[in-house]
Amino acid sequence: MARTYHGTDYTPPDLIAKVTGKARYAEDWRAEGMIFAKCLLSPMPHCRVRSIDASEALAMDGVHAILTEEDLPEHGPMQETCVTNEPLFEGQAILAVAADSETLCADAIEKIKVDLEPLPFALDPLQSLREGGSNARTDGNSIVREVLEEGGRPQMLVKETKWSDDLFADADRLPMGDPHAEWTFGDLDAGFEAADVVYDVAMYHQNVTHHPLEPRSCMAYWQNGKVYVHPSVQSIPITAGSIAGSIGVAPTDIVLICEYCGGGFGSKIAGTVNIPVSVLLSKMTSRPVMHRITRYEENYMGRARPGFQAQIKVGFRKDGRLVALDLYVVQDNGPYGIQSDMGSAGTVASLSYQPENMRWRGVSVLTNTPPRSAQRAPGGSQVTTLIEPLLDRAAEELGIDRFEMRKINAPDSDSKFNANQGGLTCAYVREAIDKAKELVDWDNAKALSRKREGSKVTGVGVAVSSYTAGNFGFDGLMVMKPSGTLTIHSGVGNLGTHSYSDVSRTAAEVLDMPWENCEVIWGNTAKHLPWTCVQAGSMTTHSMTRAAHAAATQLKEKLQQIAAKDLGGSPSDYTIGGERVYHRSNRSRGMTYGKAADRAIALGGVFDGHEVAEDINPVTKASAAGRAGQGLMGAARDNYERAGSVYSFVIGYAAIELDTDTGDVQVIDYAAVTDCGTVMNPRSLAAQLHGGGVQGMGMALGQKWTFDPQWGVPFTHRFYSARPPSILDVPSVMKAGWVDEPDPHSPVGAKGIGEPPVGAGEAAVVCAIRDALGGHDFNRTPVQPDMILNVIEGRPDHYRPFTTHT
Amino acid sequence: MRVIGGVVPAKGEDMEEIQNTVSRRRFIQGVIAGGASAYGASYFFRQNGVHAQPSLGAAERLVTLRVNGQDRRVDILPQETLAMTLRYKLGLTGTKLGCDRAECGACTVLLDGVNHYGCSILTHQVRGREVTTVEGLAAADGTLHPVQQAVMDEMGFQCAFCMSGFMMSMVATLDKNPNIDRDEMRHALSGNLCRCADYNKILNSAMRAAEYVQRS
Repeated sequence: MARTYHGTDYTPPDLIAKVTGKARYAEDWRAEGMIFAKCLLSPMPHCRVRSIDASEALAMDGVHAILTEEDLPEHGPMQETCVTNEPLFEGQAILAVAADSETLCADAIEKIKVDLEPLPFALDPLQSLREGGSNARTDGNSIVREVLEEGGRPQMLVKETKWSDDLFADADRLPMGDPHAEWTFGDLDAGFEAADVVYDVAMYHQNVTHHPLEPRSCMAYWQNGKVYVHPSVQSIPITAGSIAGSIGVAPTDIVLICEYCGGGFGSKIAGTVNIPVSVLLSKMTSRPVMHRITRYEENYMGRARPGFQAQIKVGFRKDGRLVALDLYVVQDNGPYGIQSDMGSAGTVASLSYQPENMRWRGVSVLTNTPPRSAQRAPGGSQVTTLIEPLLDRAAEELGIDRFEMRKINAPDSDSKFNANQGGLTCAYVREAIDKAKELVDWDNAKALSRKREGSKVTGVGVAVSSYTAGNFGFDGLMVMKPSGTLTIHSGVGNLGTHSYSDVSRTAAEVLDMPWENCEVIWGNTAKHLPWTCVQAGSMTTHSMTRAAHAAATQLKEKLQQIAAKDLGGSPSDYTIGGERVYHRSNRSRGMTYGKAADRAIALGGVFDGHEVAEDINPVTKASAAGRAGQGLMGAARDNYERAGSVYSFVIGYAAIELDTDTGDVQVIDYAAVTDCGTVMNPRSLAAQLHGGGVQGMGMALGQKWTFDPQWGVPFTHRFYSARPPSILDVPSVMKAGWVDEPDPHSPVGAKGIGEPPVGAGEAAVVCAIRDALGGHDFNRTPVQPDMILNVIEGRPDHYRPFTTHT
Repeated sequence: MRVIGGVVPAKGEDMEEIQNTVSRRRFIQGVIAGGASAYGASYFFRQNGVHAQPSLGAAERLVTLRVNGQDRRVDILPQETLAMTLRYKLGLTGTKLGCDRAECGACTVLLDGVNHYGCSILTHQVRGREVTTVEGLAAADGTLHPVQQAVMDEMGFQCAFCMSGFMMSMVATLDKNPNIDRDEMRHALSGNLCRCADYNKILNSAMRAAEYVQRS
């Protein structure tokens, strides 16, 4: 399709409000009579509330209400609630207080008498799997997804899983009891038999808190039976549905307003656990309630990436081909619902390296640590970082160039992957590798490998990272107004990726509309938004450009129909251009878009949105009804065909300088090249590649959790003890490139890009450190100066292979 | 003895000096002296517009602040931080709170043209000083400050929660040295954290801003 807007830099419509300070994030909203909420947090990693006496607090002047678990709508035992009588991690909220001010809330909390019964707790998954090891929950220590009745949906179940002591006999190998989930393709034994080099390695990847810069504060109030919620969330229409149960309100009675979200990275996908605090306290007090979340609280409730304790056995043929991969992951699941990371790890490994034979096994162990959720490339980033150094090890042993090693094993558009050996819509990984080699001038860059100058030694690393990048079947909604303005209703959340606006440009492209005559409406369910995918899993750009294309194409067809009705001939006689619909043989026989919009209102029915297609989602139907009669409407579901899964790929390259005196590592160069289909917004794409890469570098070099094993409380708080990379921790200039080859299974050709940059950055830096140290494998993240100095000075490691939270 | 923000000067200390350079330790002393609750993660925020109530032993005082070129009369508590006063009493929510503990820089504002963390300075201490927030950068006619224009033109930042803090640091830096190079700029902005890690584009914006400032 045309590429006037796709692939062109532009200024998204929200930017002016951001640079002038007018953009309102959750904590910036005010309402008349607004009061405040604060929570009493559990001081223990696992306990049961025996009793709460809040009488003294409630008697205080200015204290309005107290919210406890008894006040919540009905919920299942596995559901994490905003306040609880059985906290499963230190810092979990037990109750919330609403009062005139936060100080008063805090004063009231001091007056509440809470009697807590301490319960056993578990921090280390492997310890919990041992006979006699404590369980994180009273009903067990592991979580599985099982189909209980034939044909039914898989249910999450808590189970007790204990492994015999003999499995733990070798502390340098992962104990591998019966897995809770597994799959195999090919013949693993035959694969290893055919391998010329085989490595069998114990691996560890740490847990990492998301820490978006905006804490997940929320303000809510009620008006005319509807609740107005101002949360900080990544997705919009779908969030109203997902929070409805936890606040006991029908989704249609929720007005959700979040025009600006200060980052999420997977921690605010379709709601946040604290939203019911302000909503329910507001109902109890009949006052607007602001619940500010502190950075300290973010560490507790702000979600985290699950850590892995893993055993990876991998075999390569002499020609570099990865012929066998055996992956066993013990996942640190946190205390609630099962996390997808360990499964995605298997999927991503099977895709990125195309093992000829593979087995994946996993166990997800519950721990009394802050709850997990998807974090940018969940499972993908971990597994990429664990496996990529093994490719380097084999490349070195087999005398193969490191980029060549990735090319040998790279997937292409015909590749299969995963347990079911499904296919892809497309993959241009080798093309991306070639571009990366060119971009970083690989032949010269290689000279940095193990180059020593004084106390400094340099190293280079490369990595291939893949992740899901699209879905289908969502709706687009737009109205051409009599003024000639196209109002595009974007249900995409605005979390900084600009996709809420980028996908709208597809409509301008299809309708040959000047962008300045398009108005994007977003971030408020009262403003009639269409059914939209979650802003997660890099779904948006692919899914919602398809939906925008469908709606814009429908609108275009209606323009042609109106022209044919008024000016004679058949719709196909007409085409569009210059904001007019006109006869192909006579440009003057036509009408402006504005005039056609007028005619649509006069014609009614399908033209102005009084009648809509049956197959669009009820959410879109309601939104279309809200805009019916205002112009010429396009409201359509994406029914475009698709065969195969949508994945994007990123090639990362990092050069580091390692100080052998201090163990300090500086990343001195970074480049990322992607295959993510048609490029929508080049500057934003580069920002995703670099920003994701740097988040990966943070995991490679320092961010982690530490816990006091005796009391089960974290030492890691806020930013100071697990600081994300600063501007001085990354190269001053970073490079980006792209293949820009459209996905043939989308009319637009675009694929998502949020996830895979993270693993590319993390793994490339770990590989570069390996290179600088002459091929030393830590098999562990983060790689920290003390670990490096131990290697340089020939001292033993201070950790065992699976030591966690240290 | 004069008491500023609950800080009692040690023998021989110059009050003006304390007023102008409050250390982190002194800031905390000030907060404790102000009688704030010490529970867990609680904040020291007390007042909410019309529902203001004096806190126990911490009387509010009406002061005049010079903010974005205007005199603003406002009741403040001894332990109140500038970020809180700006956000909750003066309606200037462009200044963000990312950590409230001097770790992220999202609350950066200018005091007499110099960038400071708004979360880590007491409102009492800015009396008589020129406070500039992101809302005060554009000219009265809406013309953007060169730094704002540069961010627009380079599409700097992603989620932008850190943006106003970064921009205030850029303004302060370029005011002192418009001929700055990229590496110097990097150091000048190192007190601000961007979790989207959009540092490449932030530096592009900052260097374009330097061009604009030089040209003007």
